[in-house]
Amino acid sequence: MSGTKPRTLFDKIWDSHVVDQMGDGTCILYIDRHLVHEVTSPQAFEGLRLAGRKLRRPDATIAVADHNIPTTDRRLGIKEEDSRIQVETLEKNVVEFGVPYIPIMDDRQGIVHIIGPELGISLPGMTIVCGDSHTSTHGAMGALAFGIGTSEVEHVMATQSLLQSPAKNMLVQVNGKLGLGVTAKDLVLAIIGKIGTAGGTGHVIEYAGEAIRDLDMAGRMTVCNMTIEGGARAGLIAPDQKTFDYIKGRQYAPQGEAFDRAVAYWRTLPSDPGAHYDTVVEIDAAGIAPQVTWGTNPEAVIAITGTVPDPAAEPDEGKRAQLARMVEYMGLTVGQRLDTLPIDVVFIGSCTNGRIEDIRAAAAVAKGRKVAPGVQALVVPGSGLVKKQAEQEGLAQILLDAGFEWREPCCSMCLGMNPDKLTPGQRCASTSNRNFEGRQGPGGRTHLCSPAMAAAAAVTGRLTDVRQLG
Amino acid sequence: MDKFTTTTGVAAPLPLANIDTDKIIPARFLKTIKRTGLGVHLFDTLRYDAEGKERPDFVLNQAPYRKAEILIAHENFGCGSSREHAPWALLDFGIRCVIAPDFADIFHNNCFKNGILPVRLPRAVCDQLMEDSRLGGNSRVTVDLARQVVIRPSGEEIHFEIDPFRKHLLLNGLDDIGQTLQHVKKIDEYETKRSESQSWLPSIPVG
Ligand code: SF4
Repeated sequence: MSGTKPRTLFDKIWDSHVVDQMGDGTCILYIDRHLVHEVTSPQAFEGLRLAGRKLRRPDATIAVADHNIPTTDRRLGIKEEDSRIQVETLEKNVVEFGVPYIPIMDDRQGIVHIIGPELGISLPGMTIVCGDSHTSTHGAMGALAFGIGTSEVEHVMATQSLLQSPAKNMLVQVNGKLGLGVTAKDLVLAIIGKIGTAGGTGHVIEYAGEAIRDLDMAGRMTVCNMTIEGGARAGLIAPDQKTFDYIKGRQYAPQGEAFDRAVAYWRTLPSDPGAHYDTVVEIDAAGIAPQVTWGTNPEAVIAITGTVPDPAAEPDEGKRAQLARMVEYMGLTVGQRLDTLPIDVVFIGSCTNGRIEDIRAAAAVAKGRKVAPGVQALVVPGSGLVKKQAEQEGLAQILLDAGFEWREPCCSMCLGMNPDKLTPGQRCASTSNRNFEGRQGPGGRTHLCSPAMAAAAAVTGRLTDVRQLG
Repeated sequence: MDKFTTTTGVAAPLPLANIDTDKIIPARFLKTIKRTGLGVHLFDTLRYDAEGKERPDFVLNQAPYRKAEILIAHENFGCGSSREHAPWALLDFGIRCVIAPDFADIFHNNCFKNGILPVRLPRAVCDQLMEDSRLGGNSRVTVDLARQVVIRPSGEEIHFEIDPFRKHLLLNGLDDIGQTLQHVKKIDEYETKRSESQSWLPSIPVG
């Protein structure tokens, strides 16, 4: 369209979902998909009930329980009473409000951010929300997807819309190619290390450049997943042929002729040449080594070949105190190398790295090796479908033979709402997304890394540069 | 939702940046189906030791600040998880206003939905307010939303910016859903238009 201002992918999705505009720029934004889980929804359903309101579009909503579910035999039920009540409350609410629900014993059950794309629920050009910050994951499909609080969950249930003001556009341009043994996880950790945990505040980040185009859909999801750790509202990657091939044939995706019409529309979504970004960050992919966090937020990250930084070098007093506290909490010393640090636990899973590609990467390292003595290594697939596929591909057996534990799908040790937790002082190489104090269990020490790096740590018993394992 | 007009009270200084919502309320306390009762777990790991005893050096365990209504912190307050349990815990404790240089987006939103006023002020001003607040119970701060000012114990007034729509909702204690439902006709029209222009967009089968 000549004469119109070039727009970004974000601008296009935003513009096509504005229902109405209030005087001051706040918009009513239409929501295409609402994903619901057991932790952030009970108070929202209760709110609807108290106000005598209906859920406006059950057919645009889907619910699944994922945070509180045990990773051991499901037939035994949920032992902890409060977890069980939360799941039972969800099961009652979906019946009362007529919401499509994926039961715990269904093969398709899994972490909400894994199953959205996997089942073809999350599609390009959509607005997608969930009462969960890692909703940003679905941005890999070329959808505007972001986390909301429980009051907003109730708002979407009642109105199929949200009150929002437009975000600023940030472009993260990743030039060149990632090196051997360097993955999407390393890339996104390096990006957060560069922009900081608040670097994206108020922005939606669009990732572009050769290294992003080269990523498979799983890798793109890993990158968008962790966007929230850089403070941005959402991450976006322009849909391309890889996206369309990924979607084709999935359960809830458009089928047949409708799919072709959808693709024709999706092809119009990528940012126009010359579109304006408020902030641009450039990254050289070739310069990135495998990353591992040393501190207690995702910004506290270094290359595996690096050493624990000295807080004294930080000029800001508040930040200096925070860094010093991190060194202490993590039980490290300044200047210490990370690649010899002994670990107690390895966790491979979560909505960041619980897809089949992640399990393949872990199995490739584990094959023919053994988990080091004294190390507990958990592999928790992101969904029942991932689990099944990994079993069919023989990956589960490789991992079991190496001494890994092969569990049932859910959030598990990403946040320890189920029985999988670190005990105080335990050190964990984890493929999850948050290394906050106590995130994986009170007193636990988390080192975030890629699935290959986590598997390497499992077999050596230490944080290890996976490139050295050969 | 309770309206917010003004609040006068003791302000608790928490001179830390990047206070994440896991710190405000750890995941193990999210297994509730209610909004209330979370105040005792606010800042759990900072506030209590491994045996569950109060840590005397934590600000909210010190006499004047046990009744704090205002919290002052550093950059990026409320980052991390979207859990609304964070503002619920603050509110249940009695905090009605958080002052910081900036806030994480989702937390910032969640505050407004619960009658908590997040006030953005430059770091230097926050540091000054923290200095004031160290005087304890004699140092009361007023936050006046209508006039958009924070009043220091000295009487000095500091102006802050706020989105006018959000200010309106908060001052009047209005429920967002009620507001949006006044535009329900527009939502209906939008849905009709979309189902024609994007007829390929599938629904999720119900029942
Ligand atoms: S895997 Fe972790 S980050 Fe992802 S939804 Fe579950 S708890 Fe949240």
